[in-house]
Amino acid sequence: MNKLLKNAVWILIAALGAAAVGGIALNRGESINALWFVTAALCVYAIAYRFYAAWIAATVLVVDETRATPAERLDNGRDFVPTNKWIVFGHHFAAIAGPGPLVGPTLAAQFGYLPGTLWILFGAVLGGCVQDMVTLFLSTRRDAKSLGQMARDELGALGGTAALIGTFAIMIILIAVLGLVVVNAMKHSPWATATVTATIPIAMIVGLYMRSFRPGQVLEASALGVVLLLLSVAGGGWIDENKTLRVWFDQEGLTLAWWVMAYGFAAAIMPVWLLLAPRDYLSTYIKLGTITLLAVAIIMLQPEVKMPAVTQFIDGTGPIFGGKLFPFMFITIACGAISGFHALIASGTTPKLLTNERDIPMLGYGSMMLESFVAMMAMIAATVLDPGVFFAINSPAGVVGKEAVDAVAVISSWGFPVTVEQMQLLANQMGEASLFARTGGAPSLAVGMASIFGSAFGESMLALWYHFAIMFEAIFILTTLDAGTRVGRFMLQDMLGNIWPKMGETSWTPSVVLTSALVVAAWGYFLYIGVIDPNGGVNILWPLFGIANQMLAAIALSVATGILVKSGKLKYAWVTGLPLAWLVTITSAAAWEKITSDNIRIGFFAAANDLADKLAAGVLLPEKAAIAPHLIFNLHLDGWLTLFFVALLWLIVLDMLRVCRRYLTGKPVLPLSESPHSPSRLAEDWVRD
Amino acid sequence: MLSKIKAFWRGVRQLSGDDAYERYLRHHAAHHQADIALSKAAFFKQWQDEKWNSIKRCC
Repeated sequence: MNKLLKNAVWILIAALGAAAVGGIALNRGESINALWFVTAALCVYAIAYRFYAAWIAATVLVVDETRATPAERLDNGRDFVPTNKWIVFGHHFAAIAGPGPLVGPTLAAQFGYLPGTLWILFGAVLGGCVQDMVTLFLSTRRDAKSLGQMARDELGALGGTAALIGTFAIMIILIAVLGLVVVNAMKHSPWATATVTATIPIAMIVGLYMRSFRPGQVLEASALGVVLLLLSVAGGGWIDENKTLRVWFDQEGLTLAWWVMAYGFAAAIMPVWLLLAPRDYLSTYIKLGTITLLAVAIIMLQPEVKMPAVTQFIDGTGPIFGGKLFPFMFITIACGAISGFHALIASGTTPKLLTNERDIPMLGYGSMMLESFVAMMAMIAATVLDPGVFFAINSPAGVVGKEAVDAVAVISSWGFPVTVEQMQLLANQMGEASLFARTGGAPSLAVGMASIFGSAFGESMLALWYHFAIMFEAIFILTTLDAGTRVGRFMLQDMLGNIWPKMGETSWTPSVVLTSALVVAAWGYFLYIGVIDPNGGVNILWPLFGIANQMLAAIALSVATGILVKSGKLKYAWVTGLPLAWLVTITSAAAWEKITSDNIRIGFFAAANDLADKLAAGVLLPEKAAIAPHLIFNLHLDGWLTLFFVALLWLIVLDMLRVCRRYLTGKPVLPLSESPHSPSRLAEDWVRD
Repeated sequence: MLSKIKAFWRGVRQLSGDDAYERYLRHHAAHHQADIALSKAAFFKQWQDEKWNSIKRCC
């Protein structure tokens, strides 16, 4: 009877989920309630977790709860520590959840709400969650080794080197594009700039408090920091009103880009306790708090999604970024559906805390479901805006024109009516001078969040909500930026250490300064080009980041597929093999178009040639002619970089296939590097609740 | 109810690292009785430095 009831409940969830997904997909009305999205998501996640994740864990991976994990065997009270599963979940989720799933869906909303929503849901449960869970499992079975190390041990030196270079490259592109998002959010917005600037001294106060005033009192210091951050949001508004102070913070994009670079360099060489660690604490609290608040607000308010299901821009003419639905929607959403970067956390970091293998589905699969849900909320926040407003905020001046009158005319002609007065009213409400061409996704997400928060918790504070949302995005973007710069520095020191051992000493000051400067220069270059690009830069950098991130995911899935085959589980290799095949398809297709397309909004080389022709013919305006050589060089560089990423991807996939073929034809391959079984001695459940 | 709140608070402390030193002392007492334990400030310094030497945050 009990079993019958359980089955009935699951059938009900399945039916509800199918109805919700069907409702979203088939709705052609004026608008659709956001609650449908939440329902569809929760049902799909519940079913996928209960059936698919459980099946993978039991049948494909064969998790063994009697087996001691590295946290237990290598327990040293520091990094290897058996930890309560909810605590590990918190650490893991805080580590994987970054700005990617917020920005990606916002940009992809130009295709309408439907394509992005479906990919966020099904890409996650069939691809991203599987990748995270399998990688976590494999690393747990290999003494918490990193992805690069596993690639080297299981596939060979080629795979290992490719993973290392891939990780470094994606880091550089990621930081550049995130820097660009922050710069675009602060450009000519004294309020946003002042608030974001204030987060730096606030982090330092918290750092000093934790280090010197009351050592180790993390929660006290964090509570102080959160209060100061909230005050800084209000304080930014005060500076905005003050005639003398506001000019200091009313800056051009390029100036802000230099500030961001200087900040990245300072953060990489300063001791971690002063800036990096406290900023990370604050950003984690603000991030988790805001995401929860957004979920509560969406459920309370149940806003109407006004974007059409599918827009005409699936043909590749979209203003936010050029390119058709396939493959560019998949590249753009990236982190919300599948993110290679997660494999770096799931290997190495999280397994050191894992108490029992049976928690692997909850940690690996479950936390990615939550990340996908964050992406879903970003999609909702973008699509509850009037489509005309959404496109006015996100379309670069290079596409719709610099003047407000031109921009509204172009956007209205697409069938998304919007007026100058409407945009001005909105800008006034948000406490901004203008909201036209505020590309990068952050301002439009902030407007969406502010309108949701405003309707749920009080309209009068729209400007405060808007700048709170900007602060929320900026603070953890800057955290990714400084932590990424630091990790990039370590990787570079490690690589250079192979040539000159002295450079590999992580505390030798000349090496620290040199490698930090090199890493900042690398991402700073792309950031600089992004800022001077008349089309807003996001158009170029985000696809490049998407391709790099999906390439890293393909590396992780290649390692997983190779190991499954080598473990004699060929018949289950499709579990990681199919998402891998899909990723290789979309990444290669996107790279192919980026390299060969004649369309100057898509092809890097086409755009470079077009610009070179115009420069030679002398038809460019003087200010554009001055930067044209930079842009041309950069477009070539981006083209070659794309080619490099896709070559790296194919190299590792072919290497994996070579290893599999050798194994299947009985030729010798590198042995499985799984550590031997040792029984768990931890008394049942002692750290589990 | 009270025990639930206490458990939640314990979780918050552990997640944030607020109780890291207490956990260290317990581990130390259990495994390394022969050595002298670090002071809170010294432990915290080491704990924070180690924590930030690998990839901790992503996109």
